[in-house]
Amino acid sequence: MKMKCAQIIMECLLEQGVDTVFGYPGGTILNVYDEMELHGYKNKIRHILTAHEQGASHAADGYARSTGKVGVCFATSGPGATNLTTGIATAYMDSSPVVFITCNVSENLIGKDSFQEVDITGITMPITKCNYLVKDPDQLADVIREAFAIARSGRPGPVLIDIAKNVTAATADYEYLPVEQHAAHGRLAAMLRRSSHDLKTPEPDAGDIQRLLDMIAEARKPLVLVGGGVIRSRGAVPEFRRFVETLNAPVASTIMGGGALPGDHPLFTGMIGMHGSHASNLASSECDLLIAVGCRFSDRVATDPETFAKQAKVVQIDIDRSEIDKNVKTHHHIIGDARQVLEQLNKSLPAHDYPQWKKWVFSHEEVPLKKDDILHPHEVLETIQDLTDGKAIIATDVGQHQMWSAQYYHFSRPGQLITSGGFGSMGFGMGAAMGAKLGNPDVPVVLCTGDGGFRMNCNELATIQYYHIPVIVVIFNNRTLGMVRQWQHLIYGERYSQTDLDRGPDFPKLARAYGIQGAQADTQPEFREILKKALDSGEPWVIECAIDKDAMVHPMVSAGTPVTDFLLD
Amino acid sequence: MKTEHTRHTLSVLVENAAGVLSQVSRLFSRKGYNIESLAVGTTDDPSTSRITIEVMGDDAMMEQLMNQLRKQFSVYSVQELKPERSIRRELVMFKVKAETADVRNEIIQVANIFRASIIDVSIKSLTIALIGDESKAEAMQNLLASFGILELVRTGMVALERGAYTISDERKETTEFNLGKSVL
Repeated sequence: MKMKCAQIIMECLLEQGVDTVFGYPGGTILNVYDEMELHGYKNKIRHILTAHEQGASHAADGYARSTGKVGVCFATSGPGATNLTTGIATAYMDSSPVVFITCNVSENLIGKDSFQEVDITGITMPITKCNYLVKDPDQLADVIREAFAIARSGRPGPVLIDIAKNVTAATADYEYLPVEQHAAHGRLAAMLRRSSHDLKTPEPDAGDIQRLLDMIAEARKPLVLVGGGVIRSRGAVPEFRRFVETLNAPVASTIMGGGALPGDHPLFTGMIGMHGSHASNLASSECDLLIAVGCRFSDRVATDPETFAKQAKVVQIDIDRSEIDKNVKTHHHIIGDARQVLEQLNKSLPAHDYPQWKKWVFSHEEVPLKKDDILHPHEVLETIQDLTDGKAIIATDVGQHQMWSAQYYHFSRPGQLITSGGFGSMGFGMGAAMGAKLGNPDVPVVLCTGDGGFRMNCNELATIQYYHIPVIVVIFNNRTLGMVRQWQHLIYGERYSQTDLDRGPDFPKLARAYGIQGAQADTQPEFREILKKALDSGEPWVIECAIDKDAMVHPMVSAGTPVTDFLLD
Repeated sequence: MKTEHTRHTLSVLVENAAGVLSQVSRLFSRKGYNIESLAVGTTDDPSTSRITIEVMGDDAMMEQLMNQLRKQFSVYSVQELKPERSIRRELVMFKVKAETADVRNEIIQVANIFRASIIDVSIKSLTIALIGDESKAEAMQNLLASFGILELVRTGMVALERGAYTISDERKETTEFNLGKSVL
């Protein structure tokens, strides 16, 4: 059937089952936005108009992380497209499947420094799994199908499609094709025929599985390290829990692995790395076998790759071959999807137990939690935990509150912690929480943010108010860029250069200006009361918590030093 | 694994499309590797191009680089061509000062010894095309330097594996990478 390419875009989104798009219109993407009215696509696909393209990019990412579906984000050319880049890089670093659709100037204007023209495919090359510039109307449907397939399969990630404006106005042939048949047609089929890439997740090698089983049989002090791969891999979490419970060995987690094992599980040693628990960090240097599942040993985990797990045989299970030996040298690896690999392992793994080893690992005392008149970060999180029954989705920005959230909230399922672990984007949380709430209307969504991070994208309060997205924003207000201040305190001789945020706004008042309820809490009972009211209201809320300026994240290991050298206990 | 930096030759089969070359070369610059030489051209199939890249690095670095290359959707296959199992050639053009008949004759003799060809003559110069590996080109360059080299250009090294094997053949390492083709 002949139709306008702008309409083909909408039809292709429907093929993929897209129900929500985040975006911001502009000159070059007008044809696409026009379709929402012209042919009524706005009734089939909900479009969320954000305050800023960056908010839209994070929202699509948060939607994707919390639902496991592909997020979709629209933006216009030039500044619209460049405003997405932080969001694209954030999704890329945390392997989140998002398809970004931007429109560029018309073909005859490309390369002429036209108004709002930018080479966005060039700019996003290093931060997308792949990207396209569509100049041929006949290729459009095919490209969109390929883009979604690439975004969601294997190690997921963002894909960008840039479409010249004249293409969106051109007509082309379009036939509906169900998603299951996409791989048999067009570009995707050609790619699969070349067999250089595969849509199916590869079967793990039986020999590799056996070798790991042999290594487990010899191990006396095994440690499992879980990363975001287990969260991204569909259905991997039950297999993972079966695996660690049969193995009966301690389990440490990266921040991206949060939710793979319940936070209160008896085998769970907590987060590992720069702000890892004593148990996790000390176990990593004491273990004789380290089984890392879906984790890439980033510098925040293996703070010093030379000494990391130096007594252990390191085994890495990952879907991405290029992660093997990238940061930490391994002794063995298994390539494959976490669920499939763990399933294979579970078939032949006998039950083990390491009472002595576990006793040693769990004998390490963690930092005692303070309890007095003022409101402590852990009390904020414990209260959220308590009032949401541990079921809330927690979105975060970046910094101290992010670490506190990861440490003190007990995540029990994948997609429950939405945080920018790899890229560390301040301002991520507001959009991400919004996307997560739209994807999970029945789950309470709490955004834990700092006063610094919140101010970066608080313009999205307008969006959550307009669309009635009941996100509860909890601001850990310590009137400083806390994490940077912590480094300045510990490493830079208490020279607090440019980190004081002793300036406006009055957050509850700001919330009210946007038509959102706001309140301030100085003590735990106060916070508890406000949070309860907020959760019961079914409306968005902004709650400002007064946190001590000198509160620090414990423990802490300096960048570049062994994970066992605690700078701060 | 060797940790000292040595010269490696990579052969990369890619989609013949706009932006692919910058995608491939970006990986080198991002990791801070300096490309010693790069040659690219279409293959017998006009929809694919073959890039030959020479780069200095240690074994771990090469491994990582090849992994990253294989991840790209426009990259079909990557092969490291070990010197002992491959043939490498480069075309070098020398424009040499030759203002007298004697000098011209002398240069022509040198060219003959190297089995290079004279491809342009003028009253004041000779241009010689030489095909060979870097040692041959270097030897020729040293000899011609005394006459005065006006200009020199290289195509960059191209290479193929010896024998009947091709870059597309299934091999142990490619199988594992296909497994880890993570990516789709």
